[in-house]
Amino acid sequence: MEAFTSLAGGLAVAIQPANLMFALIGVLLGTAVGVLPGIGPALTVALLLPITFKLDPAGSIIMFAGIYYGGMYGGSTTAILINTPGESASMATALEGNLMAKAGRGGPALATAAIGSFVAGTIATLGLTLLAPYLVDIAVSFGPEDYFALMVVAFVTVSATFGDSPVRGLTSLFIGLMLGLVGIDLLSGQSRLSFGVPELYDNIEVTTLAVGLFAVGEALYVASRRHIQEEKLEAVRGSLWMTKEDWKRSWKPWLRGTMFGFPIGALPAGGAEIPTFLSYATERRLTKHPEDFGKGAIEGVAGPEAANNASAAGTLVPLLTLGLPTSATAAMLLAGFQQYNINPGPLLFAQNADLVWGLIASLFIANVMLLVLNLPLVGLWVKLLTIPQPWLYAGILVFATMGTIAANPSPVELMMLTVFGVLGFLMRRFDFPIAPVIVGLILGPLAESQLRRALSISLGDPMTLLQSPISATLLTIALLALVLPFFLKGLGRFKAVED
Amino acid sequence: MTQFRKGLWRGALAAAAVAGFVTSAAAQMELKIMAPAAPGGGWDQTARSMQQALTQSGVAKSAQVTNVPGAGGSIGIAQLVNNSKGDGNQLMVMGYVMVGALLTNKSPVTLDQTTPIARLTTEYEAIVVPADSPIKNAKDLAAAIKADPAKVTWAGGSAGGVDHIAAALFAKAAGADPTKINYIPFSGGGEALAAILGGKVTAGISGYGEFESQVKAGKLRLIGLTSAKKTANVDVPSIKEQGIDLEIANWRAVVAAPGISADQKKALTDAMDKMAKSKEWQEILKGKGWEDAYVSGDAFTKILAEEQARTKEVLTAVGLVKS
Repeated sequence: MEAFTSLAGGLAVAIQPANLMFALIGVLLGTAVGVLPGIGPALTVALLLPITFKLDPAGSIIMFAGIYYGGMYGGSTTAILINTPGESASMATALEGNLMAKAGRGGPALATAAIGSFVAGTIATLGLTLLAPYLVDIAVSFGPEDYFALMVVAFVTVSATFGDSPVRGLTSLFIGLMLGLVGIDLLSGQSRLSFGVPELYDNIEVTTLAVGLFAVGEALYVASRRHIQEEKLEAVRGSLWMTKEDWKRSWKPWLRGTMFGFPIGALPAGGAEIPTFLSYATERRLTKHPEDFGKGAIEGVAGPEAANNASAAGTLVPLLTLGLPTSATAAMLLAGFQQYNINPGPLLFAQNADLVWGLIASLFIANVMLLVLNLPLVGLWVKLLTIPQPWLYAGILVFATMGTIAANPSPVELMMLTVFGVLGFLMRRFDFPIAPVIVGLILGPLAESQLRRALSISLGDPMTLLQSPISATLLTIALLALVLPFFLKGLGRFKAVED
Repeated sequence: MTQFRKGLWRGALAAAAVAGFVTSAAAQMELKIMAPAAPGGGWDQTARSMQQALTQSGVAKSAQVTNVPGAGGSIGIAQLVNNSKGDGNQLMVMGYVMVGALLTNKSPVTLDQTTPIARLTTEYEAIVVPADSPIKNAKDLAAAIKADPAKVTWAGGSAGGVDHIAAALFAKAAGADPTKINYIPFSGGGEALAAILGGKVTAGISGYGEFESQVKAGKLRLIGLTSAKKTANVDVPSIKEQGIDLEIANWRAVVAAPGISADQKKALTDAMDKMAKSKEWQEILKGKGWEDAYVSGDAFTKILAEEQARTKEVLTAVGLVKS
């Protein structure tokens, strides 16, 4: 196996003490910035680029890769503990993860996230090693019509996040879709629903919406309920670590999450959000403990977290083989390569084999380091939950506000955060599910622009959606997922589909 | 570029160089450079490279980079014009894309309100087709567009951006109706490149840097660059040399705040002149593959005015801006 010989050569590069140190610095920095909302891995790499200019290329690129993987780990920590996803990819993790934390199972939630990330990251990096050249051909053959069909599949599975009432769920989804229309329309360049406010031209920031609805809304809700009935938070109930049962319920979701995350992450317009939500929906359907969903089911953390990290490795497939940066962080990694006159692309594996295999080998090492680093921290993190409620939620509000300002220093952005916070409070108060809003905001604009692109290419002929084999297959899957449950369970309500 | 303008440019450079030796206060400058975009993009990289060159070459004592992302720079320029009036240490990176964005966004603030300082770099646009495409050169592409502009699909960056404008100008030069072009905007270079590689569109248009490695690997065929003459880094004659009258470049520049004094403007211009000549800046240009297009002073002010007029004309022609 040629790949393994090359990988062994790469390990020799990565295991040099200096490079090991760079990997360690990278994962430490990455975890730190991942935990802080607002400062993502992309900004960190941007800030470090001028400093690393004089360093050895292998060392600094290995460090950047460490930051990238570390950021993916760190983002889940705040999502689970304080319901504040630092990035849109940790949104699905927050759903069940935070419920687990509130039920005193923050320890196992963090552990399954860390181990799941490790398992997924390792398998996906292995996939990167062996499959990158083949996968990239498939990825490039995905046209706009195929992406649209993929979004349709994702839309169908959103119903898993609806909770008890399909009407309320659909209402939430449509609020999200409406918010997704705000801003400059990508295809025509004209602005919609932005009322001349320049900050709205760039669409509504997913993290602002998520932090507003999840964190601020929750803080307001807790404050409003405080005198009626105080919610008792226990930091640790039962074991701090994963029990045998937890392991049993986690390993399959880890693997399935990886299967969603890696290939979709490798698609140039795939991203990390779709696989995390697909994984969440799948786990919800397949679980043997449906009663736990909505109360903190470990499967709902294990799957999406694995999908999240696997998609991070997937993103490197188009980056290394085609020079296609498909996420902000990947774009910064590309800038990092170019700083040394190294151009990722079809010639990279031939021209800079040492560097590429050194990078891939150090991804394996970074993964091990992250696991070793994060597991002992679990005990420390869950202590956060023992902070008295008023203090904790005040802290969350400070964090949420700071993160929003750090990402986008503008008063309009803060206003939006506040408005979304109030909306989140009202939705909680009147029992509307929150996740569909965010899914709508993420998927709506993507689906719209892909469909319009597809129709533009086909000169307005909708049959293009059925003529592409990939698209036709995906649409069939979506149709079956929508219709089959009705036939199987009789013409029940949506509720019956889920429960 | 005409002989006259070249002369003007050289004259301006020489005058600025002389002036540079007279002022020594520049070394104490504490500059602030705003990148009106999120970290990672071209403007941000330009700002951070300037920071590096300015401080390492000792032209400025310090240079602080801030990011004000949003709406193709519309938010950044609004902040510069409204909050930094008369501030002689504030610079903002901008580029050709901002010219179009301000028009399509109907921005209340315009570039005329800023103080132009200097153009720094330029990148030519490249038109490519998939390697197995029947289109071999610019003439073939022009013939296809003339036959039916709607059937030729273009993949490029955001609507109203330099890629879109270049595609419209190509159609116009080919003798087709530029309002009929079938231009499909993608966000970020990666997605557009994937669509071209996958053969989903007829042609792709973007900065040459986006396509270079694919062209060298033989996966894409380069139709030509939008330069006046063939450049050293490609094997194909420029589109203009192939008989299609199209010349356009995506340049990046710096402007200063409105309302600064003539002395302040001169100090900033001197600092940029010195930076552009520094060894550090030249190394960065080479490393990043940016083409040096340094022009400062009145010559740049003139270029800026010309580009604004031409862009407005094209965007009105393709219907993105209502006249």
